[in-house]
Amino acid sequence: MTAWFQSFGITYEWSWFTATMIGILVIALPLMLAVAMIIYAERKIWAAMALRRGPNVVGPFGLLQSFADGLKVALKETIVPTSANKGLFLLAPIISFTVALIVWAVVPFQPGVVLADINVGLLYILAASSLGVYGVIIAGWASNSKYPFYSALRAAAQMVSYEVSIGFVLITVVLYAGTFNLSGIVEAQRGNIFGILNGFGFNPLLFPMAVVFLISSMAETFRTPFDLTEAESELVAGFQTEYSSMSFALFWLGEYGNVILMCALNAILFWGGFLPPIDWAPLYVIPGIIWLLLKMLLFFFIFGWVRATVPRYRYDQLMRLGWKIFLPLSLFFVVLISGWLMLTRYGA
Amino acid sequence: MIALLAFYLFATVTIASAVLVIFARNPVHSVLWLILAFFNAAGLILLTGAEFIAMLLVIVYVGAVAVLFLFVVMMLDVDFSSLRSGFSRNLPFGLLIALVLLAEIVIAVGARQAGPVLARSAAAPAANVVPNIEALGTALYTRYLIPFELAGLILLVAMIGAIVLTHRSRGDVRGQNANRQIRRRPQDATRNTRPVSGEGVTL
Repeated sequence: MTAWFQSFGITYEWSWFTATMIGILVIALPLMLAVAMIIYAERKIWAAMALRRGPNVVGPFGLLQSFADGLKVALKETIVPTSANKGLFLLAPIISFTVALIVWAVVPFQPGVVLADINVGLLYILAASSLGVYGVIIAGWASNSKYPFYSALRAAAQMVSYEVSIGFVLITVVLYAGTFNLSGIVEAQRGNIFGILNGFGFNPLLFPMAVVFLISSMAETFRTPFDLTEAESELVAGFQTEYSSMSFALFWLGEYGNVILMCALNAILFWGGFLPPIDWAPLYVIPGIIWLLLKMLLFFFIFGWVRATVPRYRYDQLMRLGWKIFLPLSLFFVVLISGWLMLTRYGA
Repeated sequence: MIALLAFYLFATVTIASAVLVIFARNPVHSVLWLILAFFNAAGLILLTGAEFIAMLLVIVYVGAVAVLFLFVVMMLDVDFSSLRSGFSRNLPFGLLIALVLLAEIVIAVGARQAGPVLARSAAAPAANVVPNIEALGTALYTRYLIPFELAGLILLVAMIGAIVLTHRSRGDVRGQNANRQIRRRPQDATRNTRPVSGEGVTL
């Protein structure tokens, strides 16, 4: 698109700037729409699992329910508690929301269709997701209230703990792919297994890591069974307790944006991203973005399924899973996989 | 043009937030300004083409170290006015440290321009030829393998030392044994009885 702008006689820098701005809008606006629809989808999934009907009043089949909720939230008053730290209180949801959006810059939707094709894509994702914790901590502290503060402490500890094992899981993927670039990682999965199946997840050495990553991504996005930060039976609504109106909605949008992102990452890192699951020419007729969306929806269904059926963990169980099970397991697999690659790929 | 704008943006914010770290009244605000300074420093490093270092700065300092800072500072119950009382007393000492740091930076830059310690061939490879990560990896795992591994070992020892020194096992606390809790089955914990009316059961 940069070249197209340049054909009008605009300098390279400004045409790059304009093209990037348009690219950001092209990603962010559908993402917001996707968040609205996916909230509706998730409510329908939970309803079906609980033998209820779910939202079915607003619009055909209740499709417009999320928009009605959004409108209602936007019309409410933004309340700032008197003892709150005003600036930080209002800054926190903005941080959460922004951080949830910036990660999408490196997600490849099709071969070559990615906003920023940088060679440290995976590190960028790690860096951006480690920023996400600030929205929660600042919200908890600035609210100047007990429950949000407890929630902020829990959130910080939980995110830091699970990021450790996520880091090691990512290292196993990078070892296999030989690159940090996300498009490169997807391409490395083409015909990965006997030249037939596309996806690291089909590899018996990497499949356990795919499972660890799926569970860790649930913990990283504070989804049930790991939603200790907003456990309503203990902490009212956690760090969101004092928030109302759009500041509350921004947390909500950011949270679901992160959930969709984690679904995309699961698909990209382990299940072939925009490649069809089987390396067979007729399947490539379907555009890559359709395959990616299908895989994301599958993972989203799994996320919703788990949330609908699994009870919440206790906090010590959460920490035990992160530090005593996932960390040694992923460390062991880093050693195992690098050893295996030395034997087969780089040996002799 | 855009790179220049970005540089001035990052540089201004870095310096401004570094100043505000010192002048903020609230320690939590100080830490938050510090995080902003880290983040913008990462932006500056990115502009020089060292994307790997920039990402590491964000992951390690912003994502982990500063979170712990913030954690500790938030939990402290500090009297803000007493914190500032020592300002004029400690000012000469602070200025001295700042001067030493400045002198060191000047000497380091000057020495580098006078000629690198190692031969020219060992200097960083030209940008855009080899990706940052590969260049760093090649240098770290071939030329500097032993020092690198030793640094890792020292850090490991330090970590274990910190854990050993701070870990106290308190005997009077009942811990959770997850394995026992999972192994527990209903038939082990309950007993089916059919007591005769009026006789009760033995427990």
